[in-house]
Amino acid sequence: MIEVLYFAWLRERVGEHSEMIETGADTVAELVEELRRRSEAHALAFSDMTSVRVAIDQDLADMNASLAGAREVAFFPPMTGG
Amino acid sequence: MTVSIQSPPFDMGAEVRRFAESVSGAGAIVTFSGLVRDDDGKLTAMEIEHYPAMTESAVEAIRMEAMERWSLLGAVIIHRYGRLEPGEQIMMVATAARHRADAFMAAEFLMDYLKSRAPFWKKEIGPGGEKWVSARDEDENALARW
Repeated sequence: MIEVLYFAWLRERVGEHSEMIETGADTVAELVEELRRRSEAHALAFSDMTSVRVAIDQDLADMNASLAGAREVAFFPPMTGG
Repeated sequence: MTVSIQSPPFDMGAEVRRFAESVSGAGAIVTFSGLVRDDDGKLTAMEIEHYPAMTESAVEAIRMEAMERWSLLGAVIIHRYGRLEPGEQIMMVATAARHRADAFMAAEFLMDYLKSRAPFWKKEIGPGGEKWVSARDEDENALARW
């Protein structure tokens, strides 16, 4: 089981802050494919991957990153701090 | 305290004074404060969301990187989240060094990295609705110079 978190407009589009996912995905990209199939809201949230960033267990990662041992995967738009 | 991720406002003067007293041998202290800007008088508030489990460690990692790259005697970062009104302080950084060049450069580095690598997201709230602030290409490009 992986806990998937969403922030900012990804959270609003998906309609959830977090969800527990039973997944066999090896990489973030494979997980995204699975998530897209969950609902139209998910498909919309992940329709433009150029504006989606990811962190695995609170570390920034990329879409090809391995999910081996991952407990928490967070998706969010490019950050706007400062 | 070197990193604080908080909702309440802070007293910049008091924070800078405390920081100055905590570093010895400093010849230069650079401070920067970012405010909620209202370009056209139509901003009611800014809502800042963050990723609580990650924010502090990400900001501390950026701070440590600055400490390693420049000859600093100290650096502090305060960043707020939640609902802020126009003119309110969003965040501050302060850097201390023996000479000003290190303090200025490190402060700029911290600001560039906090903009695009710290997990905060800003939403503008106005009378006509809400809008997430989009990241600007120049903010991402600014990282290349480091």
